[in-house]
This record gives sequence, C-alpha cells and structure tokens, in this order.
Amino acid sequence: MRPTDVDDPGYFHKVVDCQWACPAHTPVPEYIRLIAQGRYDDAYMVNWVSNVFPGVLGRTCDRPCEPACRRGRVEEQNTAKPEPVAICRLKRVAADFKGDDMRARLPRAPAKNGKRVACIGAGPASLTVARDLASQGYAVTVFDGEQKAGGFIRTQIPRFRLPESVIDEECGYILNLGVEFRGGQRVDSMSALLAEPWDAVFVGCGAPRGRDLDIPGRREAAADIHIGIDWLASVSFGHVSSVKKRVIVLGGGNTAMDCCRSARRLGADEVRVVVRSGYEEMKASPWEKEDAMHEGIPIINYHVPKAFLHENGTLTGMVFEIVKAVYDDQGRRSLVPTGEADVTIPCDEVLIAVGQENSFPWIERDCGIAFDRWGLPELDAKTFQSTVPKVFFGGDAAFGPKNIITAVAHGHEAAVSIDRFLHDEPIAKRPPPHVNLVSQKMGIHEWSYHNAVSNDLRSKVPWAAAQKALASIKVEVELGFDPVTALKEAERCLNCDVQTVFTEKQCIECDACVDICPMDCITFTDNGEEEDLRARLKAPATNAEQALYVSGPLKTSRIMVKDEDVCLHCGLCAERCPTGAWDMQKFLLQTTQAGPACRDGKPGTVRVVNAA
Amino acid sequence: MTYIARPRLHHPTLVRNKVGYTRRDYEGKISTLCAGCGHDSISAAIVQACWELDIEPHRVAKLSGIGCSSKTPDYFLGASHGFNTVHGRMPSVLTGANLANRDLLYLGVSGDGDSASIGLGQFAHAMRRGVRMVYIVENNGVYGLTKGQFSATADRGSKSKKGVVNADAPVDLIGMALQLGATYVARGFSGDKAQLVPLIEGAIGHGGAAFIDVISPCVAFNNHAGSTRSYDYVREHNDAVNRIDFIDLAPEVTAEPGAGEVITVPQPDGTMMRLRKLHTDYDPTDRVRAMDHVQAHQARGEIVTGLLYVDSHATDLHEGLNTVKRPLNALTEADLCPGAAALAKVNASLR
Repeated sequence: MRPTDVDDPGYFHKVVDCQWACPAHTPVPEYIRLIAQGRYDDAYMVNWVSNVFPGVLGRTCDRPCEPACRRGRVEEQNTAKPEPVAICRLKRVAADFKGDDMRARLPRAPAKNGKRVACIGAGPASLTVARDLASQGYAVTVFDGEQKAGGFIRTQIPRFRLPESVIDEECGYILNLGVEFRGGQRVDSMSALLAEPWDAVFVGCGAPRGRDLDIPGRREAAADIHIGIDWLASVSFGHVSSVKKRVIVLGGGNTAMDCCRSARRLGADEVRVVVRSGYEEMKASPWEKEDAMHEGIPIINYHVPKAFLHENGTLTGMVFEIVKAVYDDQGRRSLVPTGEADVTIPCDEVLIAVGQENSFPWIERDCGIAFDRWGLPELDAKTFQSTVPKVFFGGDAAFGPKNIITAVAHGHEAAVSIDRFLHDEPIAKRPPPHVNLVSQKMGIHEWSYHNAVSNDLRSKVPWAAAQKALASIKVEVELGFDPVTALKEAERCLNCDVQTVFTEKQCIECDACVDICPMDCITFTDNGEEEDLRARLKAPATNAEQALYVSGPLKTSRIMVKDEDVCLHCGLCAERCPTGAWDMQKFLLQTTQAGPACRDGKPGTVRVVNAA
Repeated sequence: MTYIARPRLHHPTLVRNKVGYTRRDYEGKISTLCAGCGHDSISAAIVQACWELDIEPHRVAKLSGIGCSSKTPDYFLGASHGFNTVHGRMPSVLTGANLANRDLLYLGVSGDGDSASIGLGQFAHAMRRGVRMVYIVENNGVYGLTKGQFSATADRGSKSKKGVVNADAPVDLIGMALQLGATYVARGFSGDKAQLVPLIEGAIGHGGAAFIDVISPCVAFNNHAGSTRSYDYVREHNDAVNRIDFIDLAPEVTAEPGAGEVITVPQPDGTMMRLRKLHTDYDPTDRVRAMDHVQAHQARGEIVTGLLYVDSHATDLHEGLNTVKRPLNALTEADLCPGAAALAKVNASLR
C-alpha cells in the first residue's frame, strides 16, 4: 500500500466517525469534552455554529452519528450490549444547562450588504440559510404559511417530545439577526415571486403532502381516517384535542411513532401500530420504536391493509392480509401472502402514516425551474442550484423527505452557494473545510484531553412517570441527563478527534506501541496489497469501512500499519513511544460557511466564529 | 512510565486458548519502565508464549532479582506466583522452590547486572545443576537504574552515552551457559518477537536448564552511536543461525523448506520442535561446535541469535538427586512418616 496522506483533511475526518456521519459535520467530540468540563455555553456554541438547532436536535435528531460511533464497535465482545455514546442526549445537555446570556454570544446583525434573499418556508433548511446569510449582512425575508417559524419542527413533532419553548428560543435566535419573517404569508406563485426584485430565492418548503391509502372504504369512512402529518399538525395547533377509543396507526416510520404516542395521550385506550414490513425493517429509528412500545403500544408486523370496514360511514375496523418476507437471489425483498385467513382489527379511528411526498403546486411549470419525473426539482447535488440560477432548494424540498440535520446541512451548502453566486464567484467550486491539527502533549505523560478510557455503560435518559406523561400531550417525556450523568456519559466518548499521528523518520522500531496497544491496532510488517495486509495484522482488520493508516518504509524496510477501526485513542502508543514518533494531535474540522471564508479571497463582513 | 491503567477493553476478535484465557489475561500491571524499553517487549513475548502454549497462569512461578529487568515480572502473568529476591540471588531461590515443588513452571527473569555481576556465581551453579527452568537475561549492557554505567556484559570498546570507552572484557553469558552444562541455550533480540516468542516456547517445553540471553536495548542510556546494544547496531550485526518454525508440528503455514534445511528436535513431553536452519552448516545439537561458532562470530563483532544449542535428552536436578516425584506440599503424613517397618528397613540397610 502507499503511505497514507494525512495532509488530506478527509483522512482524519473519516476517523472521527460521528462527525463524518453527521450531515452537518458537527465536531462532536469537541463539544462532548466541553460538556465534561461543565462548559455548557461553549458546547452549545460549537453546536449552534454547526447545526443551528442544538436544543431541538438534542431531542429529535435522527442521530446518524450514533450508529457510526466507535464506542459501539469497541464494546463488541466486551460488554453484553454494545452501545454508542448518547451523543444526541448530550447535545441536549448543552442546551439545557447553558447560561441565560446566550444571546450575548451570538452574532449581531451587521450592516446590510444590499442583497435581498427570499426563503420560502420557515423550516430548518430555510432558517439555516437565513442565519448564515443574515449574519453576513444579507437582507433575508422568510415566508411561511403558518404564524410562527419552525416548519416541520413546530407542526409535526409532538410537544411531548419537543416543548414549544425550545422551538421559540432557537427560531428566535435566527430571526433576531435582522431576518424579516412574514408569518401567515404563503407564497402561491413562484412566477410572481421571481418578478419581485430578489437577488436569490431559497425554497425550503419541505415535503408537505402525506401519502394516502386508496383501498375500499377509504372514501366512505373518511371522517374517521386521517393523514398522519396533517393530523399531527392539527394536534400541534390545538385543532384536534381528542381521539376515539380504538386507534390504528398505519406505517412504520417516525411519523407513525409520533402519531401513535400522540393518540395515546389524547385519550385512546387501545392504540396499535400496523406495518406491512417486518419489525426490523421499519423505517422508524430503533429508539422511537422502543419508546412507543414502552408506552404500551403494540407493533403488529407483516399485515398489509386491505379494506376499511364501516357502518353507514362510521369506521368499525380494518381488514389486513398476512404476508411474509421472501428474498430473491439478489437479496431483494418481496412480501408474499402466507395464505392465512385475513385478519380484522376493530377500530374507531385510523391514522395513515405511510410516507410523505413533495408537492410544488405553487411553482408554475413554465417559470424555468425544471422538475424530474418524480416531481422533484432538477438540482446540482452539491450547490443545490436549480435550473433558474438564482433559485436554490434545500431540505426535504430538494431530494425528498430526510430529516432535520440533513435539512440544516443543505441550508449551509445552499447559503455558501448563494453567497458565492452573489459575489460573482463560480459556485461549483466549493470552499475547503477549515482544519486544525495540534499536538495535545502537555508533559511527559500528560495530555490536554482525558485519555483514560471509561468502562461505564451507556446511561439511560430518565423519563417522566408514565401516568403523568400519558395524561397530557404537552408533558415532555424525556427529562434529559442531569449534570452528573452527563459527565459520566461524556466520559464514554473516546475522543476520536484526538488523532494518532505517526512520524516514520522518528521511529526506532522498538515495538513499544505494539506491546501496549490494548486493541492490537498496530503492526510492523512487510508491505503488501491492502487485502493481504488486512489479513496478517496483529488483529485482523475485517472492517473494510475503516482505513488502514500506513507509513512509508522504515529502517528495516518494514512499514507501520494501524487499523483505525477500534482504536481507543487512549494515547498509550504515544506515551510508550521513546522518540515521539507517535503523537496525539487534535483534529478540528469545521465546514466553511457563507461569508468571506467561503469566497476566493475578497474581504467582506466577519463570519460566524466558533467562540470555543 | 505511564499513569493510566491499560484499558480493559480488547479487540473484538481476541480469542481464548484451550484453558479459557485470552492473551490479555496473561498481562500484569502497567509497566513503570522507560518508554521504549526493550524489556517491555520481552514481557509481551512471554505473555504471547504462555498464551499460545495454553499455560495456566497459576502453574507458573516467576522469580527475579534486582534491576530494571527484575522489575518486569510485575508486568506480565499477573495471576502467577512471584518472588523478588535479594540482588543476584534469584537462581538459589528458584532452585529451592523447584526442589520443593517440581510441578510448577519456573521463570527466572534477570538482567546483566543481576546475573553477570553480583549474581555470577549463582548463575553458574544453577546452570551446572541443571535446574529445570526458563532463565531469561534481559541484557542491555548498562546499569539503567543507576543511570547507565557499563555493566559486566558491555563489549570492550563500546561507548557510553557520555562518550567513555569501555576497557573491560565482557562476561559472555552464552559461552558460560554452554560450558557449564545448560541444555537449552538461545539468544534473542527484544526487537524481533517473531524469533523471540518461539525461543521462549521452546525453553518452556524443555526438560532441563534453559537459558535465553535477550539483547534488550536501553533506550535511555544505551541506544546511541558507539553502543553495541542499540537497536540499530543489533539489527545491523544480527546473525540468526536458525528459526524455530513451529512447535508440536502444528499444520505448516510457510512453504516446505528444502531437504537438509530442517531438523526436528523431540521435546520431553513427546511433542516435536522443528528448526529451520538459516546456516546450513550450523548444528545446534553439537555443543562444542556451537561454542566455537558463537565465539568466532563474536570475535568479528557479530551477534549470533537463534537456538544455539539444545540437548533433547536433557536431565534435570531432580533426576540427579533422585527426589520424590511429587511436590513436597502434596506429600501426606503417611508418605512422610511411613511407620516402624520402613524405619527398620532403613536401619537394616545401614548395618
């Protein structure tokens, strides 16, 4: 293999699994260390700069970081149930315990630069664009059909998961940057908007249409059948405050989980979730499924809806066909009827949560914005620019329904595009990330991070008493970690951003690092092809997703190979190295956001600076 | 040294041996030696060898004297018996322990000061008597604990860190062991575990006095230009006579060597050790030629490594003394007080 190029920011970035997996590339270990130090304000700022909604995401994020977390892999064969660090809930800790003077640390609206940007929809993507651009002097106007900003965050996430005060606070931080918010003003015509003098338009209107289920009885019993996301919005705004006694929720995604738990709180005695697929293949996050079941809601799988039963328009039940999963040679799944008799489940109300679709009835098809055959706008995948150069898309509106953190990531990239576009710079050229790599050595065996590895297992988040939680839709269920538990959980973080950096010309091949490494990550051996090398290391490197760190030839013509997979970043290799060939260096990567830093060297206003 | 304990987390693929332990179970406390010390590699090699041979840690007694090397038994086999003796007296204590309980595996760990200076007489007599043991000298040529004075094994003409040239002739522990009757004599290098681990395994399986001289560079005081115990010097002058390919004729992993390049040596427990020759003219079962070869190469400044001599029909102290076959702690009152009839028989034989 060729020596690893550690000057490529991508190499060490990939070692920080959580940050790599996060669509917004939040420097996770950096803020977890700040939480461990009790520096909640600083931890909040690291988050705010990167993901804009720490309090919201700390409760509701899809957490792609957690399945990626190295802790889950290193606990394999070491604990009964390997679990990642509770990254998401630690984020909430930063939001919960930050001081009252947060506003003082946020950027202030600078002098306007004279450019006007319209954002359609006030969801996470639009608000991210608004924050990134307003803090750079753009005059940003956000339009939304609702009275308050937040979009999906406000309308579809039930209050028992996300209190309204958190939404108000974090949307407020953005609107306070001098953003003009036109609530209750739905944009009905793109052509009309384009006729107005906007320098750029960002469309972040989400995927607002819930899929329906066209099976017998749907029209007749319509009064008792609701589309999940619309129903959640009605609950959110207080238009719906009760349900009938027996409720069936159709669908296996997170919306279905929110529907069933909301129904439980609005007075339903019997709530069932019924899904076509198997339990394991459900789209909902594992923890959301667990939370629903924890509240006594059964999830019935392999049941395909066949008909709604009704008596004179009053829903009485549903008929399901029982299926099983069959896999073909290519591993593709199909659901095949088992031949068993259909099942009838009595019910009084049904919530359909079987997916969401994009819908752009307000964008005239002759206004220049091209759409593909799935009804999605034709966009450049990196710049988010549509076929009308000054119109950009992001969030669910861009590539279909995803999640909040993805919408935020889109927002940052679209803001960079808009900033470069309005400075007449080519937007296809993307700014490199801001990267810093600094030794953490303080003394002979002292590091500026806590390198002792905790053996604690993942801490559970405390819940409000079930009786209290189920009594009202407004009582938040999860209570969040207290500072002591937060510290304990933060200590589980392996500090994967503190990199093991190897300098081959210093190495005397004494084997000290090989002998001390608790995870058998390091091997000195003859060079070979990657596949061959992976098989003959001190411990086999079977996780091909994880890189091998390979040095150039050493004095004995062997090479150093380090399997990054289960490295604890404990720094023992560096402590035992007599020559300093190993060093622990903190790798901090921040994606470049809109502002002078994202442009090709033209001076401008000050960008949002990470205060930590 | 290191302040934090070694994390107990281990690689997910770590396997257990026949007696149910992982390699990590053979470790001891975290080493307090200097970073990069060759001795730590020797500890790791001992851990590896004991794990591979399925040795139960509680059936091992590790004894040492005084010095950097003699601290190391604290850093491996944490679940074994240990005895830290007075300086240089490890061989006597080990001999006594062995006489009392012949069932344990005895691991004597010593250094060049402990064995070649203050304990030279002890070393000599343990070898003479053929005590069944694995005697490892972690040989770095300096007194590390007292900041790097030449030890008795330092080569004449080698330079100290301060630039002083050593005027004294070295004690040649390999030569002495061969001469005094050790029946398994080997030399290894801490920087080459592929060679060292099988050497230790061979010694553990050996039926008599096994001696391994391990060159172990002192990174703090003897790893500079002019030293003959530095990593660079040893690597440049290392002349391995053979490689132990495998023990117990386990399925072969490397290509079959040509005829005449391999010899098999029986082990006392009935298993076989296969040696791959690196010098076709070198015969490790010929003691006199082995001494000659080592001396000749030493005179040229080369460091001969590998299994230098093995007597596969070795006997040990117990055979010479015709001692009881069981450990003393397993003898019951009936064994120790056989009664009046037995006494009468003994008395009769003396009349």
